[in-house]
Amino acid sequence: MGSPPKEKSKSEAKPAAPPLTTMSVVAPIAGWLVPGAGHILLKRYVRGILLLVSIVAMFLIGLALEGHVYQPNGGDILDILGFIGDVGAGALYFLARVMGWGAGPVAHATADYGKTFFIVAGLLNYIAAADAHHIALGKKP
Amino acid sequence: MTWTVSHFTAAVLFALFTSVVFGITQRNTASEQVRYGLYCFAMFVGGLFVAGWVMWLLRR
Repeated sequence: MGSPPKEKSKSEAKPAAPPLTTMSVVAPIAGWLVPGAGHILLKRYVRGILLLVSIVAMFLIGLALEGHVYQPNGGDILDILGFIGDVGAGALYFLARVMGWGAGPVAHATADYGKTFFIVAGLLNYIAAADAHHIALGKKP
Repeated sequence: MTWTVSHFTAAVLFALFTSVVFGITQRNTASEQVRYGLYCFAMFVGGLFVAGWVMWLLRR
């Protein structure tokens, strides 16, 4: 029977969180509003441009396929989740709302693909914004 | 503007752009990002073919 294991101190159990800087707040917000802008602000130009091209292209494909753009709603859970996904595209979502894009009825089968492209563009932009936050904190090169 | 596209084309475009974002955000170094992006793309397109064959078998 050995002695009981020593309890780890709090600092050993969990490393201290990196300090929150202005850029760690600004970069993800900028990245949410304009895809890739967070990375560009952090001088990761190639990554930022690739994110911008990919997310904007997905949004434009959604538009070309006449996908449905969700509006804020409190109804069906899938509609609420659709809105949360769509709004991830930031300024593109607000532009679509202002211009009335994606507001018409679904007229053909490919419009369903379009809706998926819209939602996934928004979800990928959330991931990109979180990545910009991690870069700003120094958790990622 | 209406664009008519096959399911396959839509899925490949989806795979391409999604893989770029996954590669950039999920790995640290440039070479790892390229490798992971290619891996994701291959998985997406491979999954597409597998799903296609499964549906073909189910339809028989």
